[in-house]
This record gives sequence, structure tokens and C-alpha cells, in this order.
Amino acid sequence: MMVEESKDALAVSAPETNASTTSVRDVNVRIDVQSGDGRTAGEMIMESVDLQVHYGDFLAVRDVNLKIHRDEITALIGPSGCGKSTILRCFNRMNDLIPTAKVGGKIYYRGIDLYGPEANAGEVRRRIGMVFQKPNPFPKSIYENVAFGPRVHGKPSRAETDDLVERSLRRAALWEEVKDRLKQSAFSLSGGQQQRLCIARALAVDPDVLLMDEPCSALDPIATARIEDLMHEIKSQYPIVIVTHNMQQAARVSDRTAFFNTEIGANATRPTGVLVEYDQTRKIFSAPADERTEQYISGRMG
Amino acid sequence: MSLTKAASLQDTTSTARKLRDRAFLGTLWLATLIALLTLIVLVFTTFVDGRGKLNLDLLRNFPSPFPEDAGIQSALFGSLWVVLTSGILSLFFAIGSAIYLEEFANPNSRVQRLITLNIQTLAGVPSIVYGVLGLAFVVRGPLGWGFTVGSASVVLTMMVLPMMIVASREALKAVPPSLREGAYALGATRWQTISKQVLPAATGGIATGSILGVSRALGESAPLILLGALAYVSSNPSGFDSDYTVLPLLIFKYATEAQEEFRAVGAAAIIVLLVLLVALNLLAIVIRDKTRKSW
Amino acid sequence: MSVLETQSASLQPSGRKLRQQRFERFVVVALAVIATSGVLVTTGVVFALVGPTIDFFREVRVSEFLGSTRWYPLYEPPEFGVWPLVVGTFFIMLIAVAIAVPGGLGIAFFLSEYASPRVRRVLKPLLEILAGIPTVVFGFFALYFISPNVASKIWPIGEVGFYSGLAAGITVGLMILPMMTTLAEDAMAAVPRALVDGAYALGATKREVCTGVIFQAGLSGIIAAAVIAMSRAIGETTIVLLAAGSDAVFSFNPGNPMQTMASFIGFAGLGDQPVDSTGYRTIFAVGSMLFLITFGLNVMSRRIVNRFREAYE
Repeated sequence: MMVEESKDALAVSAPETNASTTSVRDVNVRIDVQSGDGRTAGEMIMESVDLQVHYGDFLAVRDVNLKIHRDEITALIGPSGCGKSTILRCFNRMNDLIPTAKVGGKIYYRGIDLYGPEANAGEVRRRIGMVFQKPNPFPKSIYENVAFGPRVHGKPSRAETDDLVERSLRRAALWEEVKDRLKQSAFSLSGGQQQRLCIARALAVDPDVLLMDEPCSALDPIATARIEDLMHEIKSQYPIVIVTHNMQQAARVSDRTAFFNTEIGANATRPTGVLVEYDQTRKIFSAPADERTEQYISGRMG
Repeated sequence: MSLTKAASLQDTTSTARKLRDRAFLGTLWLATLIALLTLIVLVFTTFVDGRGKLNLDLLRNFPSPFPEDAGIQSALFGSLWVVLTSGILSLFFAIGSAIYLEEFANPNSRVQRLITLNIQTLAGVPSIVYGVLGLAFVVRGPLGWGFTVGSASVVLTMMVLPMMIVASREALKAVPPSLREGAYALGATRWQTISKQVLPAATGGIATGSILGVSRALGESAPLILLGALAYVSSNPSGFDSDYTVLPLLIFKYATEAQEEFRAVGAAAIIVLLVLLVALNLLAIVIRDKTRKSW
Repeated sequence: MSVLETQSASLQPSGRKLRQQRFERFVVVALAVIATSGVLVTTGVVFALVGPTIDFFREVRVSEFLGSTRWYPLYEPPEFGVWPLVVGTFFIMLIAVAIAVPGGLGIAFFLSEYASPRVRRVLKPLLEILAGIPTVVFGFFALYFISPNVASKIWPIGEVGFYSGLAAGITVGLMILPMMTTLAEDAMAAVPRALVDGAYALGATKREVCTGVIFQAGLSGIIAAAVIAMSRAIGETTIVLLAAGSDAVFSFNPGNPMQTMASFIGFAGLGDQPVDSTGYRTIFAVGSMLFLITFGLNVMSRRIVNRFREAYE
């Protein structure tokens, strides 16, 4: 099952029985990265080490040590301004597009340094897909939306494209609703359908990980529920990292949860985001280790 | 306790104040009326002057010293050649420049600011100065193409270019960033994103911009005076090295002829020019409406 | 998964992708070249004017250029006093601006505060049509309508002939009117609605809001617009060439024929000047003046907007 590269010296594979992983990286750790009680999660596929992001001189978020595992949904929660979306965007190098953003620390995907010389941004984004907060289908037909990704990365024939489009739309639980109108504009779909189209579009390039940035915040509760169901269905094929400001959603949907908070440093004027606690969702929501987590969960802050 | 204020909402404005209000509105109406009257009278008198000559002969004939035989054919074709060529050329340069400036160049770099400043400067230069430039560099000087269709096309391209760059940049700016983000997130490269998503989405704006550029080129007269378009040309252009004339300059010529009969021919030529321009602008409006997508 | 590259754990692009990247690097360079060619045009303008201008001033003394009021550069013997052109340009510009600026302001006020949406829907397209009418058509209009029916009727001083600075000035003003209206409208739209509403809420009439609030709040934009209108009027060639005649006589009476810097260039271009004749170089000398003056006005206009822009944030 695991085809790990030789560079995996730093990567830890399942099952995780060690409480703390390698100590070298824990220099600035706030809270120990605890994996819980040894339940077999999937193997670890991505990992961030002392991840931090500056916008110009401003330190937006720091000390993020996360491990993303297969077969799981990992939720990033916290008050606004704590950097969860910023961190998410590091995982597929979307922050490259912001000229003032500087990413420090490291992110490993299957042992490869995401920001190192061996990683090409386009490939990174193919392997690590993203769905955005507001559905952003292209102003083209439903078919063209899903076909765009594969065409960017290869030259699929007409038949292959048709096949890919159907499979992706099925995986996103949208096929039945649109199969008769693939040539219609993507904008003819409802908000929830558009978001599932965006998911299908991301799945069409067969990613290894799916990042979702508050995917349901622009949708009504029914559409939200459908997407949450979809997430459950696909997580065994596509591990998901989801940023959400909706605690209940995180509790419903995720296997692991990372809680971020904001702090104002000694010389800073604006608050910096920091990873406070990262653990099994059950534990975070029932018996969090950090007081700040407990306060946020119980609604006393954030 | 009693309310001492009168419970009235009557108008308490003084008559003087009301008079001033009326007078002001009156002057505004006057201004508007002047503008409208100008348009109406201009179109009307031109139509009255020229309707007698509005027939197929006008299009079949070539300019002639005799008003009865005078037509506009060579000017029509000359305009077609010159305007189409400069339209295509300037579109190419405008889109290329706009893409570079909007999508690739760092907005704060000196190069970007220099280019943008230059474009602003160029847009404010009187058109006759482009004629002088053309005279020095294109007709004579390094290129030495003489008074030909090619010279006119190049000069008009330079003149129309700043406006088209601005229009193309606006069209690109109007494409929402979420579109680009969506493409990048799928692993597309910058050029793939631009060529397959951004440019197609900006097509409407670019098309309307280029049509407006073409209309401007069609009606332009001043620079072409210096580029030999005022000659008597009695044949249609056959190549870029042909002698030529364009519709606005033929109108100019007919306006300056001593014989009164040429006035009618000139007016008829104006009608043809105006019809062409109206058609172009309607096309621009249709394109704008057709490509207006809801984001 | 068959059409996509096999899922190795590498994040390197495939061979095909590498070629794509090389192509894209080429594309960027090509686009940069295209963009900089625009810069080349401006430098071209400058260089085109500088050379012959210097040659011109080698032959013609600056003292004559700026001191004499007789401009006959294409005659024998030639005389090169530039003042007739300057005065002509100035008066025609003055008349044009006297029509276009108040007119444009008035229509802009009308459109933004008085006109109903229906009226606006009709008026704006009509103004756009007026704006799109070629200058040669206006020139025709100047010659055959304005000159006999308007110019000669309203000028109190002396006779107004067939060609006059007045007819040209009026027509240029009418031509610029739509442009000034649009610019003034933009300046007025930049005034925050909150300011305007506040004035209405105090019981001010529309007139008082227009003259008291909008005009003053949008003043920098309005002045900048007027400066651009001036620049446009100065640069206008065809209308002046057709309607103002070609008499470069030093006169302060627009009822007479006049010649401007721009119309002189056009006039000189009508005849074919042999290259390297002084006549040919005169075109460039006057062209330089014209370019400098309009360039200066445009820069001033931008400065006014930037420096005096009322800060509303």
C-alpha cells in the first residue's frame, strides 16, 4: 500500500503509536502534536512542519504542524483572522499567486518538499485540488468545466474526455442531475449544484488530496447537507482538508480537527494566527487539552 | 404645555429663490437643447443637401472634376483597406500589450509604469501630430513608403493603439479573479489560464473596444492630410503600395471645391460615412449585449 | 486515470509539460516586446519632431519666430513670426471652451440631478452619437450652416466673412461638448452620494445642491475636464482648416479668417513641401510647439486631479 520514497526519512507512516513524532521539528511547538489512542488512521500523506506565512512584514500565522492522513477528513477551525484559509492555501501553493506572501517552514507531500526545487507548482495543484468558498465555475458549459483540468494536463481523446467527465460528475453526485444538459452553461445550475460541479472539476484530474475552503458557507442548509454526505462518500478515495467556521459542521464531518486561534505578539499590532491544538475530532470536542480550545468550542470566544 | 410651532409644512421658499431655481433649470435646458439641436440640424441639413445625390451612381463613380460624374468608390475602398488593416494591426498590438501589462508585468515595476504613462501621453496627442510623425518616419525617412495605403495604415494604427490598449486592459480587468483562481487550482499554467479562460471571457470587451477603434479610424481626417490622401484618386487600391484616398478626405475635398454642386456630393458622401459609423456602433452594442455574462 | 500521466509520487512535470513551459517563456518575452513597442511610438514622436525642429531654428532666428507678427513661411520671401498662429489658436480655443465648458457642465448637471431615467435613456445615446461624428462632418457643417446662419448673425463687431475664426470656434465648441459632458459627469459621480443627500436633507433645492455642493466637491475633476477640453480644442485641425480659412493674419477679431498651429500644419500638408525645404521644417517646428502645449496641458490636468483630489475616504 505504501510506496514511499527514500526521502521519507522524515515522514511517519501509520500506525502511529508514538505520542510525539520526531523531536527535531518540535522546537517552537505550542501544543504537542498528539495523535490519539492509536486508532488506525490511513497513512500520512501530507505534513506541515513549523509552517508560517508572512504578508510583507506582517506575520499572519505561525507554528503550524499538521499531519494529513488518507481516508480522513481533517477540519481546520477557529475564529476569523486566525489564518486557516491562509494555511490551506499553502498546501497547494496558491499563496504563490500573492506577491507579498512569504511561506516559511516546510510542507511535505509524500515526503517531497512542496516548496522545494523538485516540486512544480502546476503538478502540485493537480495532486492537491481545491474547492473554493464561493462556487466559481468557468463561464462555459458543464462539460467544458469538468474537461478543462484533464485537457490542461494532457491530450485526452474525445472518448476519453467523455468518460472522464461522466466519472467525475458521478463521483461528485451530480451526474444524474446534469447528464442531459452537459452542454448548458454552468451558470444554469443552482448554487449547490455549482459547488458540486466545482468538486467534480477538481476530481477530474484525479488528485491525491482535496482541499476545501469553507465550501458550504455560500449554500443553503439542504445543499450543505448534500455536500457533507458527498464528503463522507469520497473521503476513502480523496482525503479532505476542510476549513470551516461552522463548528457543528466540523464535528459532524471530520475525523481530525485542528483548532487555530489569534494572538497579538509582543511587538505586533495585528493578531497572528497560531495552531493551538490538533487531535481526533472526538477528543477536541469532548475533552480538549487546551483551555483556549475549550473556550472556543463552548462559545465563549471567537 | 402647548405647541407653539405652527403645524404647517407649507412651502416657505422666497420667490427670489424660486426664480433662481427656475432660471438655473432654464440654462440647463438651454445647454441640452443646444446639443440636441446641433445633432438634429446637422443631420437634417446634411440629409437635405445630399439626398439628391444618394443613388447607386454615387457608389459606382469615382471622383471627378465634374460634379455630375462624381462618386465615392475609390474613397470607399480606400477606407476599407486602410481601416481594416489598421484595425487588425492595432488589435494585435493592443491585445498583446494588454495581456502583458495586466497578467504578467508586476504592477509596481518601473517598466509597467513607464509603459502605462506612455500610453496615457499618446492618447492625448492631437491627431495631426501623428500625421507629422507619419510624414517623417513612414512616408519619408526610414520607411520611405510614400503616400500609400501602407503608410496610412501604419499611422492610423499608432493613433488608435492607445485607446485600444486601454479598452483591452479594462476588458481583462473585468474578468473576476475567481476565474483565474479556479484555473490555477486545477494546475493550469499562467498562459493556459490566460489563453483558455481569461481571454475568452474578455472577448466581448475586447471586441467592442476594437470596433470603437475602427470607427475612430474610419472618421479620421487630419493625419491623413499629411499622408497624401487628398490626391485625386480615380481607382481602387490594389495593394499596400497603392495611391489611395479615404471617405473623410474626399468629403474634405468636396467641401473645398468652388462649385456649388459639389456641396451636394459632399453631403451625400457624409451620409454614407454616417451610415457606416452607425452600423459599426450598432454592431458594437449587439456584441456587448450578447457577450454580457452574469458572473 | 489512463489519460493522465501515471501517478508517481514525483511532483515534476512531464516532458510535454516541460515543452509547454519553454513555450510559455517565449510567449512572455514576445508579449513584452509587443508592449514596449507602444513606448517606442512615443519616443518616435519626440524624435520625429526634434530633428527638423532644430534644423528649422538653425535657419530661422528665434527672435523672428517669437518677435514678429507676420507669418508667411511658404511665400517668397518667407516670414516666420509665429504670433498669428498663437493668437488664432488662442481665440478659437477660447470660443470653443466658452461653449463647451458651461454647456457640458449644464448638461452634466441636468443628467445627474434633474433628468428622469427615461430622459436619460434617450439623451445619453444621442450625446454619444454626437460624440462619434467625424470632425470633417463638423467642418462641413461649420462651412455651410454655422458660418452663414450663426456666426455672421451674432458677431457684433464688423463683418463676418465666409471664413472666420468665430465659425470655427463655435463648431469646435459644439464638437467638444459631448466629451466635456462625459468628463464632467464622471467628476460629479465621484462626489459621494452621502454629501449630496445630506444637502437635500437640509432642504436645499436642486440648484443649490448643484452649485453649492456638487460643483465645489467635484471641482478638481471639473477643472481637469476643462483643461482636457482646452487641449482638445487647441489640437483640432480639420474643422479649423475648413472653416477658418488660411489667412494667418495677426488679428484679435475672430470675425476674420484665422489660422491655428494645427490648421497651419494641415494647410502646409495640402501642398507638397519638398523635403528639406524650410517650409517642410516649419511643419515640424509648429508641430513641436503644438505637441509641447497639449502635452503640458494634459500633464497639468492629471496633476490637478491627483494633487487636489478631495479625499473622501
